[in-house]
Amino acid sequence: MIVATAKRTFAVRARVSFSRWGALYLMMLPGIVYYLVFRYGPIYGIVIAFKDFQVFEGILGSPWVGFEHFRTLFSSPFFARVLRNTLTISFLKVLIGFPPPIILALMLNELRRPGLRRTIQTVTYLPHFLSWVIISGILFAFLSPGSGLINNWIKAAGGQPIHFMTEDFWFVVIIVVSQIWKEVGWGAIIYLAALSGIDPNLYEAATIDGANRWQQIGHISIPGIASVIVLLFILRLGHMMDAGFEQIYILYNPQVYEVADIIDTWVFRNGIEQFRFSLATATGFFKSIVGLVLILVSNKLATKWVGHGIW
Amino acid sequence: MSTGEQVFGYVNGSLLVVLGAATLFPFMYVVSVSVTPLEILARFGQFQVFPRAVTVDAYRFILSTGLIPRAFLNSVIITSLGTTINLVLTTLMAFPLSRKRLPGRSFWLVFILIPMLFSGGLVPLFILVRSLGLFNSYWAVVLPIAISSYNLLIMKSFFQSLPNELIESAVIDGAGYPSILVRIVLPLSKPVQATLGLFYAVNHWNGFFLALMFITKDRLQPLQIILRNVLLDVLNQDLPEVIERFDLLPGPTMKMAAVVISVLPMLAVYPWIQRHFTKGVMLGAIKG
Repeated sequence: MIVATAKRTFAVRARVSFSRWGALYLMMLPGIVYYLVFRYGPIYGIVIAFKDFQVFEGILGSPWVGFEHFRTLFSSPFFARVLRNTLTISFLKVLIGFPPPIILALMLNELRRPGLRRTIQTVTYLPHFLSWVIISGILFAFLSPGSGLINNWIKAAGGQPIHFMTEDFWFVVIIVVSQIWKEVGWGAIIYLAALSGIDPNLYEAATIDGANRWQQIGHISIPGIASVIVLLFILRLGHMMDAGFEQIYILYNPQVYEVADIIDTWVFRNGIEQFRFSLATATGFFKSIVGLVLILVSNKLATKWVGHGIW
Repeated sequence: MSTGEQVFGYVNGSLLVVLGAATLFPFMYVVSVSVTPLEILARFGQFQVFPRAVTVDAYRFILSTGLIPRAFLNSVIITSLGTTINLVLTTLMAFPLSRKRLPGRSFWLVFILIPMLFSGGLVPLFILVRSLGLFNSYWAVVLPIAISSYNLLIMKSFFQSLPNELIESAVIDGAGYPSILVRIVLPLSKPVQATLGLFYAVNHWNGFFLALMFITKDRLQPLQIILRNVLLDVLNQDLPEVIERFDLLPGPTMKMAAVVISVLPMLAVYPWIQRHFTKGVMLGAIKG
């Protein structure tokens, strides 16, 4: 039998292998085609960044211009602005937005009544399922200078209405706060899952030892989820270049471009709306490369500190 | 329980209840604006949290014009078509990749991982979809997001967690993988299909960008695009009656009625979503 196995030729083994795995490969075929066309196709399309893309010539027919678009990009005053805005908004979102889901999870975890906890949870992650268009409608009802509720209160108190969506400072505030409102409930889910994994005996022992709730939170709950916190934080840093395209596009307007225009919105306006294909592609490519580097670095850090990254 | 503990419990609970109310309040206010008639606005000069009189004229009007119902229908079509494609393609890729001895498995795992980290960007996608002739079609909104690598990995993990003996014994009995998938694996994977199906469906229903880039014909626009137009006061020129009706109702009332109509399906499905996904998110959370 062993001799017979050793004598099987490659051709025979290949045929057997195909009949065994062929069906599975056929199953994967539509998916593979999808990835090749719609994910890897656009990656190939990045060559446009190095060409002077003419729609009628197509990608292959358009002439090469090397790094010219990148030179234009880096020396453009707009680039400095959008890069600054991207990093500022992203930084603020992380600084102000990272703690709330953790705090919410800790608070929910301390709630002794499961019914109330489920209700609050259900309510707080509802906004996650709403589109930014819907949320912009809600924001309009509250913040519009003419009829918004907040401005009505301000006017009733004798003040001047605030143009929240068209003033630089307030716009950024709204961006950060609305993002938190939308995602705090959903973000808390992961921390709650981690908290539920902490050994209850630890809490019992601490109670017996006379620790109060604050001490229990500080010495058991938080350390218990510390690795999850660190991991998620590091991974969030890996996405610093993503400042929230869809949200900002839907909420912004030319009056606040100075602070609101991020890389993605600039690419969209210049690329899709004004057809400056090559330049916009070059910009997008720059962002993707930086993003990739950030993700790889952050994943390395995560592996070093917490033992594993996202793969 | 000491008094300190009791106080802590009450304060914690109250804060959470306030938070819950603060999350719900915006919805409540939007609804009350949507039913406020013109005379209330005239009398008080502003909208109120609890209007003294209500009218459903805004809703009646919006539903009578073709605009929002048609957009609603488009979104329903896009969501059904899209989610079906999503689940079929994701399952067809996840199952083979869950078989540990598949030749070339690590290659394909890297193959689906790379697009998670790096993409060609909007402009190349735009040019691609245009050159494929998919402009102004439902396909343009559905195909570019046919598979989410993240969801694919979740489903693959799920399939791997199924007891191997079930599948191995079927293989020994001579069953082909396709029939194993359909007759054994799929019936067992209802939770993951429901969860991922919901994630995909919500994504389609809330979809905005792909339609913005690839659809210019109003009659094909999905709900979110039309809603945005209503909110921005950009209305379809083909409907002159829209403009005259705006004199009978306050602008914000019309807008908020449109918002409420758009949110209702999501709210209606929400309790059902809730029941299924907590498990699914755990799956994703632990793996992810």
